[in-house]
Amino acid sequence: MALVTKENAGLRLVTRYAVLTLVALVFAFPLVFMIISSLKPDQQLLQDTSSLRAFLPVGDISLDNYRAAFDRAPIGRFMLNSIFVTIVTVSMSVAICSLAAFAFVYMKWSGRDAALSIVLATLIIPFETIAVPLLLMVSRLPWIGVEGVEWGWLNTYRVQIVPWIVDALTVFLFVQYFKDLPRELIEAARAEGASWFQVYRRVVMPLSGPVLATAVILKSLKMYNEQYLWPLIVVQDEAHRPIMVGLGYFFQLNVAWGELMAYLTLISVPVLVFYLILQRAFIASIASTGVKG
Amino acid sequence: MATVRLSDVRKSFGSVETIKGVDIEIGDGEFVVFVGPSGCGKSTLLRMIAGLEDITSGTVEIDGQVVNDIEPKDRGIAMVFQTYAIFPHMTVRENVAFGLTIKGAPKEEKERRVAEAARILQMEHLLDRRPSELSGGQRQRVAIGRAIVRDPKVFLFDEPLSNLDAALRMDMRMEIGKLHQSLKASMIYVTHDQVEAMTLADRIVVLKDGKVMQAGPPMDLYHEPANLFVAGFLGAPSMNFIPVNVDGVDGDHVTISSPSVDRMTVRGRGREFTVGQTATLGVRPQYIRAAAGTDGMLHGHVELTERLGSETVVDVALPTGGKIIAALPEDRILAHGSEASFEFDPSQAHLFPEVER
Repeated sequence: MALVTKENAGLRLVTRYAVLTLVALVFAFPLVFMIISSLKPDQQLLQDTSSLRAFLPVGDISLDNYRAAFDRAPIGRFMLNSIFVTIVTVSMSVAICSLAAFAFVYMKWSGRDAALSIVLATLIIPFETIAVPLLLMVSRLPWIGVEGVEWGWLNTYRVQIVPWIVDALTVFLFVQYFKDLPRELIEAARAEGASWFQVYRRVVMPLSGPVLATAVILKSLKMYNEQYLWPLIVVQDEAHRPIMVGLGYFFQLNVAWGELMAYLTLISVPVLVFYLILQRAFIASIASTGVKG
Repeated sequence: MATVRLSDVRKSFGSVETIKGVDIEIGDGEFVVFVGPSGCGKSTLLRMIAGLEDITSGTVEIDGQVVNDIEPKDRGIAMVFQTYAIFPHMTVRENVAFGLTIKGAPKEEKERRVAEAARILQMEHLLDRRPSELSGGQRQRVAIGRAIVRDPKVFLFDEPLSNLDAALRMDMRMEIGKLHQSLKASMIYVTHDQVEAMTLADRIVVLKDGKVMQAGPPMDLYHEPANLFVAGFLGAPSMNFIPVNVDGVDGDHVTISSPSVDRMTVRGRGREFTVGQTATLGVRPQYIRAAAGTDGMLHGHVELTERLGSETVVDVALPTGGKIIAALPEDRILAHGSEASFEFDPSQAHLFPEVER
């Protein structure tokens, strides 16, 4: 075995940084290309694609594509719709899924194990198989609002939120985490006079920061980035359309490439901001769950 | 303060019965220790009193009220766990006040009672620290403080000192003893450490395989063990057991003999023996003395000598293949392999009709 000297330790460090920089560039190139292209007119954009200029903010740089994109479609509205649906769904999801997991892990009730198995079994059912029955269901559901009883949930926010609140993966994440919390803490709280809900609120949830971060990250990315098929079939009006369905709609308008890049840059901003805020928790969640966001 | 009564309490996990009909009565202000080897059901029994385990059959009464179906929070108990179970996200003050916070006690009352508990346990300077900044002993103090402030009817301790090192364990043991004297509360304490049991208990309950082997004051159990198990479990080093033959029975006097022990008469202590049966003679190591020359009743070869200063513990191999331990009350050098002779007062020996394993 070779001796680790200062010299070859330094060499290793240089090699490591070189490889990491290369990998970082490979991942950063599409993003840089998208942002730079969104600032160029189509003619220059197409000319530059054959050279490194495609990654440099040179030539005729302006925000014209953004102006045009905003004129052509209500992008702001789409984005707010997506952010609203994501925030409400994720908040309700972590609250309800953690409560369900709490009942599965700590409380004793008949049929508990069978119920958990059924919930977890839904992990293997692809959404596409239940999309049509779910569509039929939501199209006939009642809703009691300020204007009395309405029938059918199509073209609403709730149709994009309610079916996505509870999912087996989030329940599973909480179940696994709760199982690893020291049981004595829960028993101590019970012996100290806490009700089940007080145990949940005062002991279990304050200790669940890591799993909360994981659940919020995974669910948020799913709700913002991957919601396409369901809103496509249940939302036809622009007022409730989310950003990803809006992208398909925008693409059909025969827009310039630069405008498309501007749209894509805009919809990436919330995700990038979200990532920068939760960067540490994000990496930890992927490392701990082995689940890719 | 309160009484606790367990009547024919049983617990099964599936088809396995772990508690097999236990009857215990704990008096007001009494300190009762459940002791027994691992898996004897002592912790399960404590958890059943706390309400953390369901009771399969029988009844548990606290202060005259059957609590089988009553939630832990409504039983008026406070429990201290082996792993301390203090909440890592709260300060010591918040931990100690947890039960009062849950109850919605006024702020002034909380502060007063937390300060009082902190004074009793000498941890005033720790109140604003987090559990991660505390040592094991300090954490256990916090756990006990959390139990004290609620002024419970019954204190339950589940092996509270097992995670502490030997020196700290002795200090905390004394503190728990003092705490019982000052609070005069009913306390049930689970341990597998017989020293804790002997020093703390008003009454010891020895358990084995989910059954009560014997219950009574520590010295009663030490001097008059009801069976071979209790005799072997209490006392350190353990009681010596020597297989003997019963040669004669005259009322409560039983004459015995064995290749290892000279023929002698011992008290039967009310137990039934028949001539010709094999029995077990029990002699505590502390009652064995070195005899001059070969005048003793027990003869063997010295296998090991442990000199502890105030006493000498000698392992002696008997000619029949068995082994006994003598705890001699003086510093003594006995050469390895040398022949030695020992004696004891037959009135201090115990005779059991059972044969060890």
